[in-house]
Amino acid sequence: MYEILLKQDLVPNIHLFKVGVPDVAKKAQAGQFVVIRIDEKGERIPLTIADWDREEGSITIVFMEVGTTTHRLALLKAGDFITDFIGPLGLPTHIDKFGTVVCVAGGFAVATIMPIARAMREKGNKVISIMGARNKALIFWEDELRSVSDQLIVTTDDGSYARKGLVTEPLKELLEGSDTIDRVIAIGPSIMMKFCAKTTLPFGVKTIVSLNPIMVDGTGMCGCCRVSVGGETKFACVDGADFDGHQVDWDLLFARQRIYLDEEKCSFEKWQSQFGGSS
Amino acid sequence: MAKLNLNREPMPRQDPKLRGKNFNEVALGYSTQQAEAEASRCIQCPKRNCVEGCPVDVDIPDFIKAIRDGDMPEAVRILKGKNSLPGICGRVCPQEIQCESTCSLAKREAPIAIGRLERYVADWERANKKSLNSPIAKPTPTGKRVAVVGSGPASLTAAADLVKLGHSVTLFEALHTAGGVLMYGIPEFRLPKEIVQAEVDFVTSLGVELKLDSVVGKLVTIDELLNNGYGAVFLGTGAGLPMFMDIPGENLNGIYSANEFLTRVNLMKAYRFPEYDTPVKVGKKVAVIGGGNVAMDSARCALRLGAEEVYIVYRRSEAEMPARREEVENAMEEGIQFKLLTNPKQFLGDEQNWVVGMECYQTELGKPDASGRRRPVVKEGSEFVIDVDVVIVALGTTPNPLIASTTQGLETTRRGTVVADEATGKTVKDKVWAGGDIVTGAATVISAMGAGKRAAADIDKYLRG
Ligand SMILES: Cc1cc2nc3c(=O)[nH]c(=O)nc-3n(C[C@H](O)[C@H](O)[C@H](O)COP(=O)(O)OP(=O)(O)OC[C@H]3O[C@@H](n4cnc5c(N)ncnc54)[C@H](O)[C@@H]3O)c2cc1C
Ligand SMILES: Cc1cc2nc3c(=O)[nH]c(=O)nc-3n(C[C@H](O)[C@H](O)[C@H](O)COP(=O)(O)OP(=O)(O)OC[C@H]3O[C@@H](n4cnc5c(N)ncnc54)[C@H](O)[C@@H]3O)c2cc1C
Ligand code: FES
Repeated sequence: MYEILLKQDLVPNIHLFKVGVPDVAKKAQAGQFVVIRIDEKGERIPLTIADWDREEGSITIVFMEVGTTTHRLALLKAGDFITDFIGPLGLPTHIDKFGTVVCVAGGFAVATIMPIARAMREKGNKVISIMGARNKALIFWEDELRSVSDQLIVTTDDGSYARKGLVTEPLKELLEGSDTIDRVIAIGPSIMMKFCAKTTLPFGVKTIVSLNPIMVDGTGMCGCCRVSVGGETKFACVDGADFDGHQVDWDLLFARQRIYLDEEKCSFEKWQSQFGGSS
Repeated sequence: MAKLNLNREPMPRQDPKLRGKNFNEVALGYSTQQAEAEASRCIQCPKRNCVEGCPVDVDIPDFIKAIRDGDMPEAVRILKGKNSLPGICGRVCPQEIQCESTCSLAKREAPIAIGRLERYVADWERANKKSLNSPIAKPTPTGKRVAVVGSGPASLTAAADLVKLGHSVTLFEALHTAGGVLMYGIPEFRLPKEIVQAEVDFVTSLGVELKLDSVVGKLVTIDELLNNGYGAVFLGTGAGLPMFMDIPGENLNGIYSANEFLTRVNLMKAYRFPEYDTPVKVGKKVAVIGGGNVAMDSARCALRLGAEEVYIVYRRSEAEMPARREEVENAMEEGIQFKLLTNPKQFLGDEQNWVVGMECYQTELGKPDASGRRRPVVKEGSEFVIDVDVVIVALGTTPNPLIASTTQGLETTRRGTVVADEATGKTVKDKVWAGGDIVTGAATVISAMGAGKRAAADIDKYLRG
């Protein structure tokens, strides 16, 4: 059992938990994730490590409400317990001195890209961050991300805040601009990562994406998380989750993410009819 | 001397038609009467060949005698003195090629049903726990700490033996439940999880500390354990990495590794979805590729989840199947269809990336290969398509490279198994032992237990050294 030390509602449907897990906190690195299970009957779901505090012994996760597990998670409060919290899993993001690094984050991934941007900056890179959200109400951690970036560009799809448009537009402008861009890290919804990779491809700039296929164990024992990268099958939980975005078979990823749509709907409807009224 | 009784007591089983629709245990276990009758058939021969056939040296004739005499506490004491997991072994050990094959009555084709009696003793103990005093005496603490990695049968056995010898033992398990394949792989209807849990509880009741959710290699490395007060490490992490065939279409939706399918069903209890929140796709026509226990378990799970047709697709013939005979028979009785001498060539998908068909070759058997079994040879031009909507690939597993890749100085083979001395389990790395599937590749529960036992003895010798 792992205690939720702190809960913050970042925006109405995206929440932050700080969880007491000293051993995981000791080892966590940027780009790794955890697998959690709320309780005995719950599903195992992966969530990226958004931050850690080795002294306090805590891990921070940020999640968006999408289906049963994340909605149930959102009902928990500080002082509540999560039955299982497993990590740190996956390979850490490759941090090195590349030169100028562009970090692109969509939606909840503003939180997950934070430790990467910070580590890239600490390594001496110039870090330009782009964060995008659907609208103003979904913007969070703008100042936090700015504090670890040399430059920050904010976009909203509907123009209700900052620049109107998708994250790929400022990304393209940066690539066309006078600065040499040495590496791009794009994290967010799969479709956004795909289009970031598409945007950078003609410029030949290495683009790292963090893939989010469905997972069970997160340790390489089931193969549920298989993705195809450069024509080879990889297990995202142990060989990634970071991969070269130019090599990813995106259609396969999208298809495999939809395997359980019917069951997810059934599970969510059941949950809503029983408990959903209170959220 | 009394006349030999060659009538083996049959095992009462659930009706095949009913059991194909539920996950309750198939074999129901002996009644007291049946157990005593079977035990009375044992001639208590002085040669005790059965003991030689047992990888952990259970004093078989003695516990059988205790059953016959109606002294169940004594039967428990004898059995548990050598085997800390009798409820499991009695259910899943291949006795037909071990103790029962060396039984003096085996020549007359009526060996004592040792496995069934073993199960009877274990079940009796579980039902009558309160009336028993703890059968094991408390040891004097040695002050030495041992880390046991994984919690399958190899690790549970090693941990139990080491703690009984007075060492302080911590078990590190990656999953949220202890028991290894016994929990996530072997289905409820063959090995109820309650029984595995009872055996795990027994091991922790001896004083073993259990740390779940602990992925060694990620959370902590072997070298860190050794640097942090553990005097020895036992690796019992099994062979958990699923093999795929590397043929076209293998990543289509609906194609599972047996590990994934069984983990969803057994560990995550997808057979009780949506009460339990992990889903599994069942499909109407399910093909399971392979011929071992894992394939039989997958096929029988699919059937119970409601599949209309379930095929076992195997590239050799029935005689070469590595699965236990009893499980092949159970599967046939339940209506699983066997497509033998058949090997997949590729998977066919629809526009949504869902598998709809499996193109196969027919094969014929050629000369024996390295495994001694006749090698399947593809018949050119024999391709045909089987309609399927779920495929389960049960072609075996190899050890997960995580431990070897994060530990300095372990030697591994090309198959990814860790090299360890057969008699002691000692690896080439100082203070590190290994046993079970991580050393042998996918094998059996009892061989894993035997390896755990031998390693525990050697670790004890080393720590006292
Ligand atoms: C490595 C990795 C890191 C992730 N990090 C974050 C994060 O930091 N914050 C965040 O909000 N989300 C993250 N996700 C996605 C998150 O795991 C899913 O949103 C969550 O599992 C949805 O569960 P649900 O029951 O609420 O929704 P469901 O209704 O069950 O599913 C909604 C969708 O989520 C995906 N999904 C469902 N089950 C799983 C599963 N077991 N594993 C992976 N995906 C699944 C499917 O594509 C599905 O269609 C990450 C995913 C991966 C693989
Ligand atoms: C479906 C199926 C059916 C079978 N049927 C039979 C049968 O009928 N009879 C029989 O005798 N045998 C059977 N077997 C084989 C038998 O189960 C195995 O040989 C046996 O379980 C091996 O035991 P083990 O202790 O070596 O490893 P396992 O049982 O594999 O346990 C290893 C444990 O280590 C954990 N682990 C792995 N990596 C790490 C890590 N890095 N850190 C921490 N923990 C880790 C795993 O999660 C697992 O819990 C079957 C196997 C399967 C899959
Ligand atoms: S999630 Fe099971 S292998 Fe990656």
